[in-house]
Amino acid sequence: MANQISIGEPAPGCKKVDPILVANKVTRVFGGLTAVDVEHMEIPRGLITALIGPNGAGKTTMFNLLTGFDKPNTGEWTFDGKNLANVSSYKVARMGMIRTFQLTKALSLLTVIDNMRLGDQKNPGEGFFQAFLRPVWKKHEAKITLKADELLKRFKLDAKREDYAAALSGGQRKLLEMARALMSDPKLVMLDEPMAGVNPALTQSLLEHIKGLKENGTTVLFVEHDMHMVRHISDWVIVMAEGKVVAEGPPADVMKNPAVIDAYLGAHANSDLGDIDINSAAKETN
Amino acid sequence: MSQLNIRAGRKAGVFLGVLAMLFAILSAGAPAKAADDPSTYAYTIAGTLLNNEKPLVGVNVTAQLDAFKASAKSDDSGAWTIMVPKAGIYNVSIDKSTLPAGVSFTKADGDKLQADLTQTDFAAVLFSFGKSTVVAENFGDQLIVRVWAGLNFGLLLAMAAIGISLIFGTTGLNNFAHGEMVTTGALFVWFFHIVVNLNILVSAVIAILLTTVFGWVQDAGLWKPLRKRRMGLNQMMIVSIGFSIVARYILLLFFGGDTKDIGGGGNIIKLGPIFTSDIALISLVICVLSLAGVALFLTRTRLGKATRAVSDNPSLAAATGIDVERIIRIVWIVASALTGLAGVLYGLQFQATWLTGFDILLLLFASVTLGGLGTALGATVGALIIGMIVEVSSLFIANELKYAAALVILIVILIVRPQGVLGKKQRIG
Amino acid sequence: MDWLNALNLTFGEFIGAYTAAYVLCALGLAVHFGFTGLLNFGQAAFAALGAYGYSIATLSFGWPWYSSVLFGLLCSAAFAVVLGIPTLRLRADYLAIVTIAAAQALKFAVSASIFENVTGGSNGLSQFGDSFYALNPIPKGRYDFGVFALSENELFIRIVAWSLIILIAVFLFFLTRSPWGRVLKGIREDEDAVRSLGKNVFSYKLQSMIVGGSIASLGGMVFVMSSQTNQPSNWGTNFTFMLWTILLLGGAATILGPIVGGMVFFGLLMFLQSVMEGLVNMGWLPFLDIAQVGQIRFLLVGVALMLLVIFRPQGIFGNKKELQFNG
Repeated sequence: MANQISIGEPAPGCKKVDPILVANKVTRVFGGLTAVDVEHMEIPRGLITALIGPNGAGKTTMFNLLTGFDKPNTGEWTFDGKNLANVSSYKVARMGMIRTFQLTKALSLLTVIDNMRLGDQKNPGEGFFQAFLRPVWKKHEAKITLKADELLKRFKLDAKREDYAAALSGGQRKLLEMARALMSDPKLVMLDEPMAGVNPALTQSLLEHIKGLKENGTTVLFVEHDMHMVRHISDWVIVMAEGKVVAEGPPADVMKNPAVIDAYLGAHANSDLGDIDINSAAKETN
Repeated sequence: MSQLNIRAGRKAGVFLGVLAMLFAILSAGAPAKAADDPSTYAYTIAGTLLNNEKPLVGVNVTAQLDAFKASAKSDDSGAWTIMVPKAGIYNVSIDKSTLPAGVSFTKADGDKLQADLTQTDFAAVLFSFGKSTVVAENFGDQLIVRVWAGLNFGLLLAMAAIGISLIFGTTGLNNFAHGEMVTTGALFVWFFHIVVNLNILVSAVIAILLTTVFGWVQDAGLWKPLRKRRMGLNQMMIVSIGFSIVARYILLLFFGGDTKDIGGGGNIIKLGPIFTSDIALISLVICVLSLAGVALFLTRTRLGKATRAVSDNPSLAAATGIDVERIIRIVWIVASALTGLAGVLYGLQFQATWLTGFDILLLLFASVTLGGLGTALGATVGALIIGMIVEVSSLFIANELKYAAALVILIVILIVRPQGVLGKKQRIG
Repeated sequence: MDWLNALNLTFGEFIGAYTAAYVLCALGLAVHFGFTGLLNFGQAAFAALGAYGYSIATLSFGWPWYSSVLFGLLCSAAFAVVLGIPTLRLRADYLAIVTIAAAQALKFAVSASIFENVTGGSNGLSQFGDSFYALNPIPKGRYDFGVFALSENELFIRIVAWSLIILIAVFLFFLTRSPWGRVLKGIREDEDAVRSLGKNVFSYKLQSMIVGGSIASLGGMVFVMSSQTNQPSNWGTNFTFMLWTILLLGGAATILGPIVGGMVFFGLLMFLQSVMEGLVNMGWLPFLDIAQVGQIRFLLVGVALMLLVIFRPQGIFGNKKELQFNG
């Protein structure tokens, strides 16, 4: 099947028409065990890409490496043409590549609105000396508060504005983390298992938000090990197993790929998981 | 540290004299009625003046703090005592004109010393007379001597450090009250051997047993309930700091603040260039045997393997049917017995005070951190390194800075290798 | 027993110069622990550096009081940087061990006889406050405040110290409510999350170390200025542990907490000591002598620290939700 995303036929490590993130020969070894060994990987710009694979496939490690939270043994990668290898995590975020975490990291004892304000990257009041000069940052603070309120409304968290983040449910924290990531208008949002542990009632709205990101021109890369979710929102799927990229392509094709079924679907190979409706899947897990 | 200096001084054959006067003071500590009656003063400064082991009689010693000033003459045994009214750091000096002819101080300004009464009610002040008899030895010989001392000290540290490490490994607790178990070991052996006058072996066994009971009660009464409350580890660490203060001052109340001499340093034995004592040799053998025993326990017995399993992953260990609380209880008992033994051996070799354990606590933490938190082998290696640094560094820098040297090296090593010398690489910070 | 005297002493301790010094150091610790989550157990070192910086600048360099204050602040800021660069990347409990080790190493160093010319060795330094007390506009004499009387210099140091506390409290009030303070609180909650939002966590931790350390060094200066003596034995681990008790008593993530915590702590200690001494003198506690009463003070510090952490980690003023230990 022809597609406008890859150059040539989709194959593990294939080149993309317009990549935003390009990684080369990335390896990470933990005490003799190779967690990640990616020869080549490109993430297409402006689309939703899913990084899937069974547990222990090295997805989260790859995430940590790409965002500077872990150091690779070898390898390099570029984001938007800029070299990113050995760049520390906060600088990666400053370049417009914001990630979330598998275990949500809402800042529990900050209010929801303060969590949001912290997502902004240009606040002059975050400098030590400017901190005393309220006039310097007052205007900016008002501007980002306005933006934060808009995002909270979009994510239906506006009622919780003044609550401590600790008071939110697990799903709401996921939403908050995502909303917070958007405060800096990132070019690429990397979501680590955004659906894990989320109450089924919220799953649908989370998926809608991820689709919404794409409509606003943001590139999304997300890790998921649940295929139901992936099929419905992603434009491109990259499959990892045992640290390597084993397949990639449009979701419908990938799910038919024998290598994927073999490496990943295992026992469930007979059921066409891609066709299961999200809502019924939600009911199953309920 | 001071007791180490004292020991070094004795070895050099210069001078010595320590008084254990606390019980006399306690009984003399009648309620103060008339403020100016020196016999009602609650604080004591004392010492013995000896020149080449011969007492100096009738020498005037003066203690001074702000406006307060008091003097005393040394008696027939060279001993002197000055009662003072309040806490503080007193300047203690000798009236040189009262010294017998031909007697001089080892150091030029050796006639002026200090007595620190800020935390205790008794201070011993030791003036040293005569030429320093430290013979200039060649560097190689000195190095061998220091390495020997380092090995000896390092093995002692290792016994207590393994205790910290085992407890940290199984419970995650950085126990700041661990030093007090070293102290109880040392003070109890002093009490039963010197005060109760029991045989040294019996005293040592009682001291180790009591320290073990202390550790067991500590875990059952304090740490186990806190673990049940699922208290955070940093929070527990601060609780342990509070507990160490409580334990330390209780020991001070019961044992007093003076330095306790137990074995008198033992009989000197010469091994090539090394002067050592029978106590040091026996201690070395006991340490090596105990450490080997711990190693066998951890690697060969079911219980030891279970302990390591709990250290690796408590929830996984629990899932495989290991009774984690039982393992932790056993770890506490083993750890406090080892630490009590370390305290006994330390007390026999280096004397003991209520601060003995606290003084070496940071060296223990340094050992455990150096080796890599939570591994018994790491703690042993770390302790040997720290022991060596402490002793060998005194060849290059002032003796009083040797603990500082060990702590600075700890910081330096953590920069280079945050996981410790033998620790598994993990994400830190 | 003289209850009135006990109360007078207690009240005197509330606003004493030593209390003020501890309060300042505890405010610094509040920046480190309460707002940034750094387990600093070497606060005594920062106070000592302020004290030694000031007294050495005055005695060895002959500098006036303002340059000496600046020098003390610089010393502790430099220490924060030297200590912070290697350690702030370490795990929280490592940081605790390294800071306490660094503070002890510093104490060994200043009491070493090889530096005696500069630091005074184990005797420490004294009589360095003349240029400071020359500023005292209060006429010579004794000032009676009903419950206690103070000399003009005792009064002066108290006024200066408590004004400093008010100043620092206002400073911290604005600082912790600024976006800068928000980043610190974020780091306290989860530093990886803050990192993922593009903040240079290491730099903020270092700034927090410097700010809290500088405040503590002012506390150190106040501490030694009231008696004009600076001895290494002041700066032991007990000093740091008392600061922690004060901080946790008042509430770590508050500004008022360390201030009231310090007053209550020393007031209570003095009150208990007076009462116990009274009881000892009346012969009601035959197993104790006067010197041991002083030791029981420290014992109570330990008990208070344990009970506070176990039963009321947020302190007197802390909002229960505002502070949790992340461990």
